[in-house]
Amino acid sequence: MTTPSQTIGPFFGYALPADGLPDLVPAGTPGAVVLTGTVRDGAGAPVPDALLEVWQADAGGRFADAFEDLDRAQPAGFTGFGRCPTDPDGRFRFVTVKPGAVPGSDGVPQAPHLDLVVFARGLLKPVVTRVYFPAEAANTTDPVLAALGDRAAGLVAREDGRDLVFDVHLSGDDETVFFEL
Amino acid sequence: MTSSTSARPTGSADPPYLFPGYGSTVLRAPARPLVRLPLSRTELTSPVYGHSSVEAGEADLTTRHSGEPLGERIVVTGRVLDSDSRPVRNTLVEVWQANAAGRYPHAADQHPAPLDPNFTGAGRCLTDDEGRYRFVTVKPGAYPWGNHHNAWRPAHLHFSVFGPGLTSRLITQMYFPGDPLFAFDPIYQSIPDQAARDRLVSRLDLDVTTPQWALGYQWDIVLRGSRQTPWES
Ligand SMILES: [Fe+3]
Repeated sequence: MTTPSQTIGPFFGYALPADGLPDLVPAGTPGAVVLTGTVRDGAGAPVPDALLEVWQADAGGRFADAFEDLDRAQPAGFTGFGRCPTDPDGRFRFVTVKPGAVPGSDGVPQAPHLDLVVFARGLLKPVVTRVYFPAEAANTTDPVLAALGDRAAGLVAREDGRDLVFDVHLSGDDETVFFEL
Repeated sequence: MTSSTSARPTGSADPPYLFPGYGSTVLRAPARPLVRLPLSRTELTSPVYGHSSVEAGEADLTTRHSGEPLGERIVVTGRVLDSDSRPVRNTLVEVWQANAAGRYPHAADQHPAPLDPNFTGAGRCLTDDEGRYRFVTVKPGAYPWGNHHNAWRPAHLHFSVFGPGLTSRLITQMYFPGDPLFAFDPIYQSIPDQAARDRLVSRLDLDVTTPQWALGYQWDIVLRGSRQTPWES
């Protein structure tokens, strides 16, 4: 008897402020990576009214609900949560760190990844995908990527200079892999 | 980590991605089937965003400016529950809405209804030990949108709730009882099941109503659990 989802609509911008939230770590933090990309619709047009949220472990593979038991290796203020609306060109930008390995409950190690949730006008419920990191040996043994076959490549961010790029295709030939949770 | 195995059957409550009556879904709906993700801690934990920054005053949308907003003052309250009807405590609830005239203070909303200098229409709170949230606001007006000829949205509050895991993350809309626009609103109609639609409609509650001051509406939010145990195949 759950409460159904409805679209975020076009007018969330002033109410779900993202001030500071695209930066999971302060610029200049050792190991910081910039993750950018564009959200596109099925015709390839940019989606200027999407809201993206990321959720991830810290560099040690820990989630914020466990942080109070943990310590100093934790960058100050890191919550693992980021939020960024797309700009008029459909672009988003996060600054974060590559998370540590998060085990699956059956003990199979997973490659470093972050979960990316996209809300938008025209999406009656969000889409959820994962961002993996390029040149990561663990990608070859990650059980989620392995199960995707040809489509796995679309979940690995590409390097562009010092930044990582991950484009989200809501629909169309290059449709991103979206997960059912 | 444990996860609920009592999740609703997939698809019984949420709308589909593609609902052509809501035109914007046509190019934005994924066409391929979703891939089942074996859940790990990334999905079974959830952000703690807002816990250090939410102030008590943010739950009263009528006192954010120097004067009182125009419109019908209301109290909206209810509980956030998990799929086993247990309270979800200390979770962030965010709301946003049009003013009493049906206008958002957003650059993309240019329809000719007045802005209210005393109303922005955004609020936040954390749920208490019973999972309860409570906002004071004004009843939003209906507003037109470009979906089809004479498309007007029923009055609604937008709600965003985090809950215990990424699987419970919810953005939705709360409606008011008896709205004559339900029958014509494709966003509301996109929910396939009437019982599920009804769960988005608040109820007038005279126990919440404050005499001589504000009508009260009650609306509970039930978050979903995960649809699987971790790594179930
Ligand atoms: Fe709205």
